[in-house]
Amino acid sequence: MSTPRHDRLVDSLCSAEAAADGGTMASLHSRLVDQAAAEGLLDVAYRTLDSTLGSLLLAATPAGLLRVAYPSEGHDRVLADLAARVSPRLLHAPARLDVAAREIEEYLARRRRHFDVTLDLQLAHGFRRVVLAHLREIDYGATASYKAVAAAAGRPKAVRAVGTACATNPVPIVVPCHRVLRSDGTLGGYAGGIEAKRGLLALESAIERPATRELGSPTPPTGEILTES
Amino acid sequence: MGLPAFELVVAEHGPVVLRVCRAVVGPHDAEDAWSETFLAAFAAYPRLRPDSDVRGWLVTIAHRKAVDRIRATARAPMPVDALPESTASDAEAVEPDSELWEALAALPPKQRGAVVYHYVAGLRYAEVGGLLETSEAAARRAAADGIASLRSTLGRKGQL
Repeated sequence: MSTPRHDRLVDSLCSAEAAADGGTMASLHSRLVDQAAAEGLLDVAYRTLDSTLGSLLLAATPAGLLRVAYPSEGHDRVLADLAARVSPRLLHAPARLDVAAREIEEYLARRRRHFDVTLDLQLAHGFRRVVLAHLREIDYGATASYKAVAAAAGRPKAVRAVGTACATNPVPIVVPCHRVLRSDGTLGGYAGGIEAKRGLLALESAIERPATRELGSPTPPTGEILTES
Repeated sequence: MGLPAFELVVAEHGPVVLRVCRAVVGPHDAEDAWSETFLAAFAAYPRLRPDSDVRGWLVTIAHRKAVDRIRATARAPMPVDALPESTASDAEAVEPDSELWEALAALPPKQRGAVVYHYVAGLRYAEVGGLLETSEAAARRAAADGIASLRSTLGRKGQL
C-alpha cells in the first residue's frame, strides 16, 4: 500500500496513551470502584500504607481483611496471587480499607493493643487456620514458643507446621505471628524479615525484658498457650 | 498464570479505551461510555480466557455499548450506521485534539469506525471488520479512505 505508515496524522491518532490526562483517569477509576462495589462485584479491594515497616499492602474482601503484605513479599506478586487465588476482580480502593489502615497505624504508634477489624481468613486452610486462631490469643506484649502454640492447637508434635502457619500467615501484624519465638528464646523467622519481627516485639516492649526467654512474658500469661510444657 | 488483577487492566488499557470512546461517541459522552464499558468488563472479567487480547475485548465492549447508546436515543437501522453525528459543538471540545475529533465525526460511520478501531485502538483489520460487520478487506479500504479524507480536511485547515 502506498499509505505512509508514519506521519503526523497517524501519529496523533495512535498517541492514545499520551493523550489521556491523569485527572480524568483518576475520576473514572473511582467511579468504577463505586459502581462495582454498589453492584457487589468488587471481590477484592486493596491499598498501600506507608509505615515504619515500609510500604504495606492491605487487601480486603467484603467479608473482611484478607491480606497484609510486607514490601519484601513484592506487592505485584501478592496482587497476582490474590487475583489467582481469590478473584481477578481486584481494584485499588483505599477507602474500603480505611478501618484496617487506621488500626494498623494506631498499633504502630502504640495507641492500640487489639485489632477490631473483621478478618477474612479464606487464604488459610485446615491446621494453619487453627493455628491463626490460637495466635490471636497471645496477648499484646507477650510471646509464646512454636511448641506451646502447637500444644495449644491440639497437635503438640506439629511444631514445624506451626512454623509454616506463621510463615504463611496472610494477615501478619493483625494476627500476631511475630509473638511466636523459638523455645530457646531466639526469634525464629518472619515473613516481613527478622528486623520487622524484632521491631514489633520492641514496640510491644516484649523483647528487651529479661523475662522473654522464659516465654511467660512480663505481663502475667492469660492463656495456657503461654505456658511452655 | 491466570488473569492479572483488573487494576492492571484499567492502568494499561483505560486511557486507550477513553480515547476510543471520545472518537466514537464524542467528548461529551465519552466518560459515561468508558464507565459503562469498564463496569461491564469488570463484571465479565473472571470468565475471560487468560490468553485473550484484552484490548480487543474492551474495544468490542465499548463498540457494543456505543451501538446500544445510539439505538436507545435514535432510530438507528444498522450498527455501523449508528455511530453518532458530529459532537464538535460540545463545550468540552477545547481539548487539544478537538480538530481531529471534529474531522473524525464528519467521516461516514464506517470510515470513522475503521480509522478509530485500527489506528486509535490498534486492532488488526480482521478484528475491525468483525466489529463493523464487514470484511477485512473492506475495513482496510474504509480506513484508507478515512485517513485520506482526514488528511484532506485537516490539511485544508492547516493542521497537517
